[in-house]
Amino acid sequence: MDVRLRVWRQPKGDVTGEFIDYEANDVSPEASFFEMLDQVNEALNHAGEDPIAFDSDCREGICGACGLMINGSPHGPQQGTATCQVHMRKFTDGQLITIEPWRAAAFPVIKDLVVDRSIFDEIIESGGFISANIGSAPDANAVPVPHTAAESAMDAAACIGCGACVAACPNSAANLFTAAKITHLNLLPQGQPERYLRTVAMVETMEEYFGSCTNFGECETACPKNISIDVIAWMNRDFVAAQWKNLLKAGQA
Amino acid sequence: MTAPTSPILDAHVPDGPIWAKWDKHRFDTNLVNPANRRKYDIIVIGTGLAGAGAAAALGELGYNVKAFTYNDSARRAHSIAAQGGINAAKNYPNDNDSIFRLFYDTVKGGDYRSREANVYRLAQVSNAIIDQTVAQGAPYAREYGGLLDNRSFGGAQVARTFYARGQTGQQLLLASYQALARQVGLGRVQVFTRTEMLDVVTKDGRAAGVVVRDLVTGEISSHSAHAVVLATGGYSNVYFLSTNAMNCNATAAWRAYRKGALFANPCFTQIHPTCIPVSDEFQSKLTLMSESLRNDGRIWVPANPDDPRPPNEIPGADRDYYLERQYPTFGNLVPRDVASRAAMRMIEENRGIGPLKNGVYLDFADAIDRLGRETIEERYGNLFEMYQRITDEDPYTVPMRIYPAPHYTMGGLWVDYNLQTTVPGLFAAGEANFSDHGANRLGASALMQGVADGYFVLPATISHYLSDWLNVDPVPTDDPVFVEAEAAVTAKIRRLLDIGGTRSVDHFHRRLGHIMIDYCGMSRSKEGLEKALDEIAALTEEFWRDLKVLGDNESMNQSLERAGRVADFLELADLMVRDALDREESCGGHFRVEHQTEDGEALRDDEHFAFVSAWEWEGEGVAPIRRKEPLTFENVELTQRSYK
Amino acid sequence: MPTTNKRAEVNRRSGWGEWLGPFFTSDLGLKWLMALTGIGLLGFVLVHMVGNLKVFFGAEEINLYAESLRELLYPLVPKQSVLWMFRIGLAAMFVFHIWAAWVLTNRSHKARGDIKYQAKRRYDAVNYASRTMRWGGVIILLFLIFHLADLTFGYANPEFVPGDVYNNMITSFERTPVAVIYIVAQVVLALHIYHGAWSMFQSLGLANPRFNDWRRWFAVAFAVVILVGSTSMVLAVQVGYLTL
Repeated sequence: MDVRLRVWRQPKGDVTGEFIDYEANDVSPEASFFEMLDQVNEALNHAGEDPIAFDSDCREGICGACGLMINGSPHGPQQGTATCQVHMRKFTDGQLITIEPWRAAAFPVIKDLVVDRSIFDEIIESGGFISANIGSAPDANAVPVPHTAAESAMDAAACIGCGACVAACPNSAANLFTAAKITHLNLLPQGQPERYLRTVAMVETMEEYFGSCTNFGECETACPKNISIDVIAWMNRDFVAAQWKNLLKAGQA
Repeated sequence: MTAPTSPILDAHVPDGPIWAKWDKHRFDTNLVNPANRRKYDIIVIGTGLAGAGAAAALGELGYNVKAFTYNDSARRAHSIAAQGGINAAKNYPNDNDSIFRLFYDTVKGGDYRSREANVYRLAQVSNAIIDQTVAQGAPYAREYGGLLDNRSFGGAQVARTFYARGQTGQQLLLASYQALARQVGLGRVQVFTRTEMLDVVTKDGRAAGVVVRDLVTGEISSHSAHAVVLATGGYSNVYFLSTNAMNCNATAAWRAYRKGALFANPCFTQIHPTCIPVSDEFQSKLTLMSESLRNDGRIWVPANPDDPRPPNEIPGADRDYYLERQYPTFGNLVPRDVASRAAMRMIEENRGIGPLKNGVYLDFADAIDRLGRETIEERYGNLFEMYQRITDEDPYTVPMRIYPAPHYTMGGLWVDYNLQTTVPGLFAAGEANFSDHGANRLGASALMQGVADGYFVLPATISHYLSDWLNVDPVPTDDPVFVEAEAAVTAKIRRLLDIGGTRSVDHFHRRLGHIMIDYCGMSRSKEGLEKALDEIAALTEEFWRDLKVLGDNESMNQSLERAGRVADFLELADLMVRDALDREESCGGHFRVEHQTEDGEALRDDEHFAFVSAWEWEGEGVAPIRRKEPLTFENVELTQRSYK
Repeated sequence: MPTTNKRAEVNRRSGWGEWLGPFFTSDLGLKWLMALTGIGLLGFVLVHMVGNLKVFFGAEEINLYAESLRELLYPLVPKQSVLWMFRIGLAAMFVFHIWAAWVLTNRSHKARGDIKYQAKRRYDAVNYASRTMRWGGVIILLFLIFHLADLTFGYANPEFVPGDVYNNMITSFERTPVAVIYIVAQVVLALHIYHGAWSMFQSLGLANPRFNDWRRWFAVAFAVVILVGSTSMVLAVQVGYLTL
């Protein structure tokens, strides 16, 4: 099949970018979206033009490195699927495909389709962990974890940190990312001692860089791991509770 | 071909009975007292399970740690893609498991080519891994009573595998990443993202630091430290098509090798039997389907290779369930190496299926009839979904198509019992070292080794080396050794950019992959390997003559990144082939056609090859020297594996 | 590059919220405030509508209802005092609701950055109601001012008679342009409620997969009740069912 591409090209972060049109011919419908781009890059390289830069690593939908705005949808047309798992059979012969990087003030473009998402790391650094020094853990079965808590925690922990939620959000809010991690840890018994401190610390870091949630729900449909916006509600609940819990705390949470 | 050899290697394995070695060793190890730890700088390359774990653990102990990753976040290392689970000798299911049994299964699974003491230690710390990761919030699968659930995995008769759906690697890596993030927040670890290590720097024979390239700005810089830990994963991408991530590479390990670290068993690679077959010539990546599928799926090909009927219309009588036929006892559950070779034989006999005749069927129809679709969905739902996303075929109604693919490399930098390479101060952890899996790795053991090395082994052993360097500053980065190393790195980049040829990096990488999979893949012959040596040499020459890398070094340049990695793969490929030629036996993933039983099974030669081959770099264009670490087995009896 | 490299912070938290406490400098705190004031305003809208539906029972009934509002808790407290407390409370809720919306909107615009998507976006979850919350809110505010001028203070109604609510409503709604304004405003209000009455559960943290459908139905029902109830009065006057 043949497709026409309109790709955002921007040599460096501080240079203005623009859309440039390319053609991808004789693409196998079995090819993945990135294999199509690999093919385009091969041709560009051959023609002496700078290949298109994009982040991609595992190509199994789990590392979260990839993320393209394809025809106005984060990660493209297939719901619950990261860009690397989108295949060309989802497009039609001759279709025009527009490819843009994630856009948000917190995600500056580095080159072409590559953006800097390191703020996500900063949010985790501020509290997205359980402080359990290596060597100090009790037996794994010492604290039972209710089956439903483990399952819901796992649902939230499936987040791959790709940034599609921010990219999708008309407010550039990172609530789904932050709430997914808070929910993962706050649901588990092991996460309780730091529950309210964690929630406040992570929310504060998030709010330094990202917009506010107006409950559009766009993040949920963009999420390649189908994480529910229920986690955002649970973060909100814990954040409000934290105002009292942290204030009144005298020894115990 | 027999390579020249030199003195035998000492692995510094402590004396005493195997169960007491690790305790004794930890007692004999020199310590660094907590107040002195902040005087030490440690560099960790790679932030996968082993690297992030080591960086976090060392940070917690109080050392100053710098961690480097080529990814944009420490959370993206390829440990994240492991699906099935992680083994531990907890014996929670009460099915007679023990540390000794885990040790025994791992040594046997590795076809008796691993170091007993290391494997025993791995089994010993396995339980602490589960405790630690649970405490860090890894959401393992639970029973309704809230206790941990286990499942069984290939190569074992007990259920000792802990899992978090089909995303165990992800959850363990996130636990390590979060522990690392905590240390970053506390200021004890600095993480350098989008930064690739391009050389190890040594001074007076010991590790002094590394030279790195900032992948965004192209800036080359040096970092010095008292010790350097390489946790940079394996080299399956030498085959181009593998289940490794696109950017997985061998550069760090290879640079270390060129600086004097020995490279052990480079020919020990694992080809995983259940991957999705290649669908077209531009394919960039192979995707693994968890080994657990073989518990319920039946593998077959049509008895008549030209059978025109769609697979579900071919009656049982016209199908060849070749694994069940050849290995009646183990059937579809033979180990990975055996299953892979059997599938390859089918394809070679032109009995393959699918549009490119490059796969075999993995059929769930019988299992669905027996257990109902719901049960199958519960067990494998997410894998079936993934398969459907990639192939657009519904595995509930049409049999899956699978084919073996390079997946893991047991070989790697040679390390002693302390995980130290032959360069003092240079350590290797996780898949980057060679130590624990012998010639074949069992399922759910890679995660175990990564966490064990990073959390428990390395933090304990590194102090012995460090204690000698108290109050000695690291070599400053303006020292001539760093200046020279930076100049060499810059010159190599310049050279790659200046070739000005006509072919892209991927073109050469793809061709290298073809040579390697054909001659040094699932089965190897003297004739093929010798041919491969010539072809690799020719390809290397062509690479340095006809490569075309556009752009410059002063900004993000992904082709340039890949070019450097492929240049190193070309050199590594040569060493792999030499090692495969040198090892005149078949064992685990290394199958030499000259050495097989009458039934076509791997035939080990314990008399002549019960050793680790550790290769020493002798300089550009000079054949490397093979050194030996003899393997002695005091606690397990060497037997021929049989799965009939 | 080290991850400690900070990007320009877009939302350095400050502003009037500090005066209320650190919680109210937070986006989540402001959303909580919006949800709470939203509940208060929903209650007002509902009670206000129910009371005014008395118009269908005739002039006497509705004028009695209006008078009773002025006499709440009378003779314990002076006439109108409770009414004024309600009015002040309502005004405060409006002010906080609008102020929070203003602050959050500004922060989100900054977070979006200078370079917006250059190609057309495709939305899957955003609907007309959620997308028009901000402009809808502005329209409702403008309508509110008109509504107060029309039926509370009488500036916008030449035939306004203080105290004769029935007369004021009929004379106002008889004017077709005014009737259109009222109906359009009720549609906008219903859309605002459709998203707001669902969204407040999220902001307050009241989510549970078992009851999430119920939140949506609550919002739909509330919006429909307000729309039907409010416009019925205007339409009844327009079609001549209610006359002086």
